[in-house]
Amino acid sequence: MKLEEIVAAAALTVRTAPQGLDAEVTGGYASDLLSCALAKAQKGNLWITLQAHPNIVAVASLLDLAGIVIAEGRGPDPGTVEKANEHGVCIMTTGRATFTVVARLAGLGVPGVD
Amino acid sequence: MDKDVKKEVTKLQELTYELKVEHAMTREVITVTPQATMAEFREILRTHRISGTPVLEDGQLVGIVSIEDLIKALANGEIGAAVGEKMTPGVKTLYTDEPLVHAVGKFARFGCGRFPVVNRHKELVGIVTQGDIMRAVLRELEIDYHEEEIHRYRASHIFEDIVADETALVFGYRVMGKDFSTAGEASSSLKTTLSRLGIAPPVIRRVAIATYEAEINIVLYTDGGEIVAEVRLERIHIEAIDGGPGIPDIEQAMQPGFSTASEWVREMGFGAGMDLANIKSCADQMKLESAVGVGTQLEVIIYVDEKGEHMGRER
Repeated sequence: MKLEEIVAAAALTVRTAPQGLDAEVTGGYASDLLSCALAKAQKGNLWITLQAHPNIVAVASLLDLAGIVIAEGRGPDPGTVEKANEHGVCIMTTGRATFTVVARLAGLGVPGVD
Repeated sequence: MDKDVKKEVTKLQELTYELKVEHAMTREVITVTPQATMAEFREILRTHRISGTPVLEDGQLVGIVSIEDLIKALANGEIGAAVGEKMTPGVKTLYTDEPLVHAVGKFARFGCGRFPVVNRHKELVGIVTQGDIMRAVLRELEIDYHEEEIHRYRASHIFEDIVADETALVFGYRVMGKDFSTAGEASSSLKTTLSRLGIAPPVIRRVAIATYEAEINIVLYTDGGEIVAEVRLERIHIEAIDGGPGIPDIEQAMQPGFSTASEWVREMGFGAGMDLANIKSCADQMKLESAVGVGTQLEVIIYVDEKGEHMGRER
């Protein structure tokens, strides 16, 4: 499933430049610990987190993630969007809680990584 | 422009600021005179496969006429009328040296299909459509892409091109302590460099994770240090060195979950204490030496085989 289809189906708001929306999403991973994301998330995954600071971009960029979803109505920090545009990382936000987002993505057929 | 808005400028927007109208415009402009009939204008459109032209009288731009004007004339049975009567007079133009972003703005504002382009002496030198702008921007993006490809091509041959019994490339990165704004840049730069060298993506992933964790540890707990990567054909050796405070109990620090991170560091999602374990899981060999008050030296070796799998043990 392509990122833009997920954005539409899960009503996510794209906060960066509309970059990499045609990327194929290979799976999903949810955690607020950067180390866990770094250890587990795979290339092309969508990462759901509450973290909003610029270091999430570094993690996504190092792992070649399809994008980051910041949940529970949190907005990315000012420097985060700037850095994400620079690195071509797509950041999305939603007012829904992490569990709800994950459930929605799972419903759309996005697999988890274990 | 507002500072925050400016920060969110994307690559595409950046290009529309960099490129000038003259980079996008078509230089050979087909024109008509006001005296020409709409029937003649129709033939011009058909021959050149275009949808509108500027109208010139004695070299002066007096209007613009489009396929829409032609359709209206056809509907009213006025195909024999002069272009001068059916054109839109008092044309809006763009200057050759205006940035493309002005053109984009004018297209949005006036909703027309094309703008004649004039130089600063008001002479008609080109014409630009929205399609021309798209093509110019795409062309420029492609150039950037090719440059990256060329970097990659050149760099990936370096091991074959160098004549030596042993070759090692050494890359050094300085890491600033307590500076979150630049945290991750060393690992990110190393990742770019390794991909240009043509190293297998699974190897790069392991190097990137190990380096990032090491880099973050330096940022979080020390006043700064450096990361040095020595790349050979068969293995990558990474050293992360800092000037203190040092780790009192290495065995304890290696335990998953052990952390001395302060509350705010934990809130940022760091310092879950899995960092050293994370590094270890990426490394084929790992050595950690530390002296309290002196500093910490972390060495990681990752072997490069074709598949990028662990040579030593399973992850």
